[in-house]
Amino acid sequence: MTFVRESNVVFRRQIRMNLRNPAWVLIGIMQPVLYLVLFGPLLKPLVSSFDTGSDNAYTFLVPGLLVQLGMFGAFFAGFGLIGEWREGVIEAERVTPASRSALLVGRLMRDVIQLLVQALILVALGYAMGMRGDAAGIALGIVITLVVGGACAAASNALALTTKSEDVMAPIINIVMMPILLLSGILLPMTLGPEWLQSLSDFMPFKWIVDAVRDSFAGSFGTSSVLWGTVWAVVLAALGTWWGTATFRKENA
Amino acid sequence: MITARGLVQTFHTGRGKNAREVRAVDGVDLDVAEGEVVGFLGPNGAGKTTTLRMLTTLLRPTAGTATVAGYDVVAESVQVRRSIGYVSQVGSTFSGAYAGDEVVDHGMLYGMARVEAVRRGQELFEQLQLDGLWKRMPKNMSGGQKRRLDVVMGLIHDPSLVFLDEPTTGLDPQARANLWDHIEGLRSRLGATVFLTTHYLDEADALADRILIIDQGTIVASDTADNLKAQVSGDLVVLEVSADQVTRAAERLGSIADGVETDGRRVSGRVQRAGRAVPGLLRDLESAGVELDSIEVLRPTLDDVFLTLTGRSLRDAESTPTTEEVSA
Repeated sequence: MTFVRESNVVFRRQIRMNLRNPAWVLIGIMQPVLYLVLFGPLLKPLVSSFDTGSDNAYTFLVPGLLVQLGMFGAFFAGFGLIGEWREGVIEAERVTPASRSALLVGRLMRDVIQLLVQALILVALGYAMGMRGDAAGIALGIVITLVVGGACAAASNALALTTKSEDVMAPIINIVMMPILLLSGILLPMTLGPEWLQSLSDFMPFKWIVDAVRDSFAGSFGTSSVLWGTVWAVVLAALGTWWGTATFRKENA
Repeated sequence: MITARGLVQTFHTGRGKNAREVRAVDGVDLDVAEGEVVGFLGPNGAGKTTTLRMLTTLLRPTAGTATVAGYDVVAESVQVRRSIGYVSQVGSTFSGAYAGDEVVDHGMLYGMARVEAVRRGQELFEQLQLDGLWKRMPKNMSGGQKRRLDVVMGLIHDPSLVFLDEPTTGLDPQARANLWDHIEGLRSRLGATVFLTTHYLDEADALADRILIIDQGTIVASDTADNLKAQVSGDLVVLEVSADQVTRAAERLGSIADGVETDGRRVSGRVQRAGRAVPGLLRDLESAGVELDSIEVLRPTLDDVFLTLTGRSLRDAESTPTTEEVSA
C-alpha cells in the first residue's frame, strides 16, 4: 500500500498549499455562480420552449454549469504544476523512490476534492434559487462530474508538464474549451439548433456527459444519455490518467 | 560507488530541415570510490548536468551503462533513488510552503514515518544553520539559506551518496564559503560520498579529492588537483618594471622561462619550479640593472589546466556554442 501512502503525502501537501492560498478555489467557484445569478434570469422566459421536460431555468442550468465547473476548473489545475516544476519541486519528487503515478494521483485527489466542494456550493445555491431534482440523481450527477473533472485535471497536468509554459498552455486551453462549451449544450440545449449542428454535437463527448447529468438530476436513470455520458466520463478519465502518468514517468519531464 | 561505461545522451533539436542530433554526452566513463569527493568540472554546455541526470535516474541513457550505489540506473532505478541524495541547481521547495513541511513531506516520499522525518529534518536544520527557519517560506529566505534548505532536502533520508549540481552558483562569497564548509562536512561528519558539478575552478580545487574534467561530452581528465596542475608546464612568474626596462626584463626572464609575454609594464612567463629559480632570477635582474616594482609567482590554476588540456580557456569554452546543455 505504498502507492496509497505516497499519493496521500502528495495530496496533503497540495491541500495545505491550497488552503494557504485559496484565491484559485474562489475564482473557480465565482464563474458558475456568476452564470447562475446573471445568466439564469435570462433563461427563465425561454425555458418553457426547451423540450427538456422542465420549465424551471435552474433545473436546466445547474447540471450544465456543474459539468462546466468540472471541465474549466480542472483544466486550469495544471497551471500550479508549472510553477512547481519551475521551482524544482517536480524534479525533487522524481528523485525519490515514490511511484510516478502517485505524484499525479495525489494532485488529482486535490483537484477532485476541490471540485466536490465547489459542486456542493453550486448545487446548494441552485437549490436556493429554485432548482428541483431527484436526490439520488443529484448525487449521481455530481459523481459523473467528479469523474470528468478528474479526467480534465489529469489532462491539464499532463499538458502543463509537456508545455512547461503558461504562455503556451493558456491559448491551447482556450482553443480546446471554445468548441466544447459551444457544442455540449451547457447554456442552451442543442435541440434548439439546426440538424447539422445537432449532428455535430453528437460527436462531442461532453454533450453526452451534460445530458447524462441533466437526466440524472431529473431522476431518469435509464436513458441512453445517462449510459453514454457515463461511458464517456469513464473513457476520458482512463485516457487522462494514462496521459498524465506517462508525462510524470517520462524522463526529462 | 559510481561506475559508468560509455554513457551517451543524444537530443534531437530543430524540426524538418533543421533537425539534427546533438550528442550532449558522448561516451563518458567514470568511477567514483566510496568516501571520495569528486568534482565534475567543465564549461557550461559540456554535458555536466546531463551526465548527472543520467546518474540520478532522471534521464535514461541513450547508450552505455551506469551502476550507482551498487544498482543499475535503468533496471534498478528505485533502489538507486533510495540510496542517493540529489541537490539540484534549480531548487527543490515551493516558495510559498513552510520549509519544514517541505522537508517532512520529502522524507515521507522516501518512506520515512512522519515523526522520523521531523526528527531528522530538525537535526539537519540545526547542522546547516537553519535553526528557527522551520516555519519560514523559501521565498522569504536568502539565497544561501535556500541553498542550504535544498541540501537538507537532499540529505533527509541519510543517503550514502550525494549529488550536488552547481551548489554555489549565484551565491555571494560569504554564503559560498559557508556552504563549502557544509559540503566538506558531508564526508567528515556523515561519511557520505560526494559528487559535485561546478564550473568554478576554485570550488573544485577547494572541495574535491579528485577532479573529472568534461569537455564537449567526453571526459578529458581525471586526477587530483595537484597532479592536474603538474601537467601545466611551470608556475607563472609576473614581473612589473618601469616602462624603459621592459625589454631588458623580458630578456632576463626569457633565459629561464617559456612563453614570455609583455603587457604594458608587466612581463610574464612560465618557469619550472619557480620557487627555486626565482632567487637566481632576482640576482640576474639586479646585475642587469633592472629595478623591480613587484614580482609575483602564481601556481597553476585549474583554468590553466583546462587550457592545456583543450587548447581553450574555460571562459572561451563557454562562449563557443558546442552542445547545448539540457539543464531543465
